[in-house]
Amino acid sequence: MTDQLISARAVRKAYGRTEALRGVSLDISAGEKLAITGPSGSGKSTLLLSLAGILRPEAGEISYDGRRLDDLSEAERTRLRRREFGVVLQFGQLVPELTAVENVALPLMLERHARASADRIARGWLERLDAGALADVVPGELSGGEAQRVALARALVTSPRVIFADEPTGALDTVAGEQVLVALYDAAKETGAAIVMVTHDNRVAARADREVRMLDGTIA
Amino acid sequence: MPGRSLSARCPVSCVDLLRSTDSVQDYSLSVFTVCIVADVSISHVLLGVLSSGPAHGYDLKREHDIRFPGAKELPYGQVYAALQRLERDGLVEVAETVRDGGPERTVYALTESGRAELDTWLASPESAGPYPADELVRKAVTALRTGVDARSFLARQREVHLARLRELLAAQDATTDPAGRAAIDHAVFHLDADLRWLEAAEGRLNAPSSSNHQGDPS
Ligand SMILES: Nc1ncnc2c1ncn2[C@@H]1O[C@H](COP(=O)(O)OP(=O)(O)O)[C@@H](O)[C@H]1O
Ligand SMILES: [Mg+2]
Repeated sequence: MTDQLISARAVRKAYGRTEALRGVSLDISAGEKLAITGPSGSGKSTLLLSLAGILRPEAGEISYDGRRLDDLSEAERTRLRRREFGVVLQFGQLVPELTAVENVALPLMLERHARASADRIARGWLERLDAGALADVVPGELSGGEAQRVALARALVTSPRVIFADEPTGALDTVAGEQVLVALYDAAKETGAAIVMVTHDNRVAARADREVRMLDGTIA
Repeated sequence: MPGRSLSARCPVSCVDLLRSTDSVQDYSLSVFTVCIVADVSISHVLLGVLSSGPAHGYDLKREHDIRFPGAKELPYGQVYAALQRLERDGLVEVAETVRDGGPERTVYALTESGRAELDTWLASPESAGPYPADELVRKAVTALRTGVDARSFLARQREVHLARLRELLAAQDATTDPAGRAAIDHAVFHLDADLRWLEAAEGRLNAPSSSNHQGDPS
């Protein structure tokens, strides 16, 4: 029982002797847009990946919808990540051999959707992100902004309740970055998804509901 | 006047500058330059507005404020004074005087030499500064120098800047006109530059060369 979608308490994570997170506590509500900012090396990406259940912290608790992530089996965590979370990184991480629509359909195929229905849903998301015309193009032929739209469509295709994004507009110019961001916010508004976004762009941070600033592995 | 910086808004109120000096001898060249330059620049903006058709003073003020949402609103008195000078110099002329129930309004139009002046102004790039230090720089540097809780000062300042950035982005989202969006971009980028400067200042406080070493033993 909780009104917070995600709740982190005293989370610690080290890589060897580097303490990347030194006791971070944070609550995120359903549908909230949260920006994580701070200098490089302050632990933003580590926090994001920990909240998304991709990294396992050494200490502290992270709960999603009232359930502690570390109580889940590996299979349960994987299913949670696939169904409830969408992830976008700075460079879209699209599979180069697949077309845009195949990339977007991938998470649905992994969830055993039939190819035809996965394809239809994927095309629908590409269209919503103004990327319908790119459906049959391979990633190598997309511009940075186009590739990020496809990556966003892939993150949104399972209608996740949370989208985790690490510098999604970091490699784009002002206008392309803004368009991708607005597309993401519009889509999230429609589906009610929360957004947790690492950014060093103040304009991106200003568009969020709330900013959390990291400094040396803690929230400043 | 080649090589002069024509700042779009007077960074220091000219009136305050004039009042803050005791005698005419105290007016330095730079004080004069700031005052003259600021007026020249507003005049050119007015010429730019008039290039799309005649308008009266209040229209000009309103259009200026719409075009430069990041700047201070233009006092009507300044518009009036600039129009007087432009008329004296033959750059604008009175097109008509209208009275629609209310007070009499003078409608001004661009003259041929006004158009030529505008073209010349637009043909030469702006100098890249130096610009006068603004209040933010004065206050932040003083906070850093006195060392009195500089970190909280920087954090509070960031909040204020982010809140303003939020307002500007909302205004930009509500604008469809590309020139309007570009005008807001200018204000947005300057705020962003200030924000990045504040971040850098914060970073300097945390850098190993300062007494606040990052390997804090706590
Ligand atoms: N895989 C890794 N192995 C070793 N150190 C890492 C690894 N990932 C991150 N770090 C270190 O952890 C700290 C936090 O990194 P990170 O979370 O990537 O910060 P940010 O995203 O804010 O730049 C940094 O000191 C970084 O060098
Ligand atoms: Mg990072």
